[in-house]
Amino acid sequence: MTALSVERLSHRFGTRQVLEAVEFALAPGSFTVLLGPNGAGKTTLVSLASGLYAAQTGDIRIFGHDIRREPLHALAKLGVIFQAPTLDLDLTISENLAYHGALHGLTRTIALARGRAELDRLDMADRLDDAVRSLSGGLRRRVEVARALLHEPRLLIVDEGTVGLDVASRRTLLAHGRALCRERGVSVLWVTHLLDEVEPDDALMVLHAGGLRWLGPASDLSGTEPLQTAFLRLTGGA
Amino acid sequence: MRTRHALRALAGITRRETLRLVRQPGRLASAIVRPLVWLGLFAAGFRAVLGLSTIPPYETYILYEVYIVPGLAAMMLLFHGMQSSLAMVYDREMGSMRVLLTAPLPRWWLLTARLIANTVAALPLVYLFLVIARFWGVRPPALGYVAVLPALALAGLMLGAVGLALSSLIRQLENFAGVMNFVIFPMFFASTALYPLWRLDEVNPALGLLAQANPFTHAAELIRFALYLRFEPVACAACILGLAGFLGLAVQGYDPGRGFWARRGAE
Repeated sequence: MTALSVERLSHRFGTRQVLEAVEFALAPGSFTVLLGPNGAGKTTLVSLASGLYAAQTGDIRIFGHDIRREPLHALAKLGVIFQAPTLDLDLTISENLAYHGALHGLTRTIALARGRAELDRLDMADRLDDAVRSLSGGLRRRVEVARALLHEPRLLIVDEGTVGLDVASRRTLLAHGRALCRERGVSVLWVTHLLDEVEPDDALMVLHAGGLRWLGPASDLSGTEPLQTAFLRLTGGA
Repeated sequence: MRTRHALRALAGITRRETLRLVRQPGRLASAIVRPLVWLGLFAAGFRAVLGLSTIPPYETYILYEVYIVPGLAAMMLLFHGMQSSLAMVYDREMGSMRVLLTAPLPRWWLLTARLIANTVAALPLVYLFLVIARFWGVRPPALGYVAVLPALALAGLMLGAVGLALSSLIRQLENFAGVMNFVIFPMFFASTALYPLWRLDEVNPALGLLAQANPFTHAAELIRFALYLRFEPVACAACILGLAGFLGLAVQGYDPGRGFWARRGAE
């Protein structure tokens, strides 16, 4: 069974075609990078996959559950870190975690225990009672990662998770994403516009102007030329 | 949907909304000062002009202050409902709405839970106002404070649903002020909160009809009658119908396949 399968996905806003006939399937436990320039349709794809709104054409399944017909089963298996920050700034970290846990049917005790364990992996377990407003951008992202994992999703979508972070925070976050996949078998869809986040062994998808331009191992795309040259060739930037 | 999951989510949402309210001292203060300004200044000034005859549920001639307190309690719920609606638009613009809407629960339940949470958060403030109003000589029977609870809850849910429905129609935060002016003030003034229906009828029968069609009138009357231990079936039915109608509109507005999220441009 695929972790995320997308078939014939098309969506338009008004007259603007944002996604056109996008198709792919993510294997369970894989780390896949969805690479695309700004405005390629990445965030729309994430919004559709997380059921925020419904696609006009095509199907999206998360571990076999159609997001439109069985949204509750599909969402229970999905964790998302959205591009825009989504924490409540006036609440503490633990209050944010408990809120998310409650939405996923967890008791406060379980949510906080799991949250503490996740934050511990990110070296933040001692900050549970801090107000989110007092945290730096990098630390807020770590809290969002911990929160997205509370309900133990089998698929994690990270939409531009490293935008606006310094080099050290970016590295920590990316390493954590890869470790989740390698050590805990979580399927990760890493959505980014930054080429240096791609490694040769990654499964890579290149999205440009609403269409998939490349699908396969990153090393196959770059071949003999640098990845940046290949990417610019695909996206019409060269 | 499992019941236990649904109730945990409701409790979590209620806790979040309450915490967010108590951490905004400015909003809390203005919520309580606003009706007191009406009671202390407006009512004092208009006491002489707006003499009132005996009308149900009152059994004797009453002072104007006594008349407007239930209307002001309803006004608190109206303002709170609109501010919660503003918070919905804000959450949507800021992104935290995504956390709510990607929870594995039906969207109608998530919206209903948010509505209940906001109403629960407002009730202690209304009670505080009712207690302070005793210093102005507004002293309904002790049991009235118990009887008014379901009335406040129903009125609060219905007015909150108006706000929720509006929030699904408003595309951007900037448009909110305009909408508030076109909703809060007409609803408040074209109602029986400040003047009884017979006075409106006397001025212009059309105004009386408008007040009777106004859901806010029924919220105010439901609270007024309950506070004096009387049940007003018409107001109760109107509030229930209003709640169902506006919540239905809101659910449609937040539907993934229709409404706001489907129309919305790429973010």
